[in-house]
Amino acid sequence: MTTMTTTELWCDRCGESATATAHPACASARQLEPPRFCPHCRRRMKVQVLPVGWSAVCVEHGEIRG
Amino acid sequence: MPEILDQARTQVLGDGVGLDQAGVLAVLNLPDEHLPAALQLAHDVRMRWCGPEVEVEGIVSLKTGGCPEDCHFCSQSGLFTSPVRSVWLDIPSLVEAAKQTAATGATEFCIVAAVRGPDARLMKQMREGVAAIKAEVDIQVAASLGMLSKEQVDDLVDMGVHRYNHNLETCRSYFPNVVTTHSWEERWETLRMVRDSGMEVCCGGILGLGETVEQRAEFAAQLAELNPHEVPLNFLNPRPGTPLGDRPVVEGKDALRAIAAFRLAMPRTILRYAGGREITLGDLGTRDGLLGGINAVIVGNYLTTLGRPATADLELLDELKMPVKALSATL
Repeated sequence: MTTMTTTELWCDRCGESATATAHPACASARQLEPPRFCPHCRRRMKVQVLPVGWSAVCVEHGEIRG
Repeated sequence: MPEILDQARTQVLGDGVGLDQAGVLAVLNLPDEHLPAALQLAHDVRMRWCGPEVEVEGIVSLKTGGCPEDCHFCSQSGLFTSPVRSVWLDIPSLVEAAKQTAATGATEFCIVAAVRGPDARLMKQMREGVAAIKAEVDIQVAASLGMLSKEQVDDLVDMGVHRYNHNLETCRSYFPNVVTTHSWEERWETLRMVRDSGMEVCCGGILGLGETVEQRAEFAAQLAELNPHEVPLNFLNPRPGTPLGDRPVVEGKDALRAIAAFRLAMPRTILRYAGGREITLGDLGTRDGLLGGINAVIVGNYLTTLGRPATADLELLDELKMPVKALSATL
């Protein structure tokens, strides 16, 4: 049996490794952007921006909202 | 006082006649020390010919991504390596978005789709969506679905869409540097049909695509010739994976000069703050623009990026004693 980890391995903005280097520019940009990549598996997510909030769906790891 | 501002005071503020291309260029070339005077004059023009009210709008993407066109600024083109994926909004979520928008006091809700032009599936979704919104939400519905046929224009009128957005994006001479999959003239043709239908025309563009100051003036003059009901003014927010993804953002003072110049070119239009103002102007610049010719805002989030909280804009309008235009005033 596998256990889902909550460790964020990938930058949710650029999709590059989140553990190898810091992503200050991505972190800054994310204040005005929703995530695009699943931080767990790097898949591109289906993102819907709404007038208030957003939702992002990873086919493997489900939906997150902000 | 620079000569162009003296001329504008008489011609635009006094007579309501917008500056021509040469006049707009002179405003765009004003040195920094004259920018406050230009903004004050543009504000006076807005107050005289439009009044103190501010039109508030929310927008939502009905169909995101996967667009066949190659607009070089757009993260929704399927031709670039942008991370934006294709997604459709269902009708209950569309109605909820309209409710969220109306709750801010907005009178306009614009439904947008990333397409060359609508197909039968999109028009069906629009018909059902607009009907559902009108049944549950007290708000005006606008649309932005790309290039239209005459039949589609008539269908949108029949649905009760009161305003149609189709941006020319930039001036005619620079457009081929930004889009190659369709022409500026094709966009103009859709705008002509929309105008003839009786729908209100909403047409603006994006500054900072690499156009020169002269081309910015050309764009203002071409918009003035079109004489749209509304001009949304965007500032490029460079999107990863797009051909313009590495372009610098417009300098704040250049953005403010453009706001004043566009107002002096079009004294009676609704000049709306749209995307990119957060990164180009920040909070202080946003205030300066509202005191420099802007009389409409998009509140909340944009299509693929996020905006300031609606409450921040509404508090600013309250502080500036600029009333939000009521729904009854738009009908």
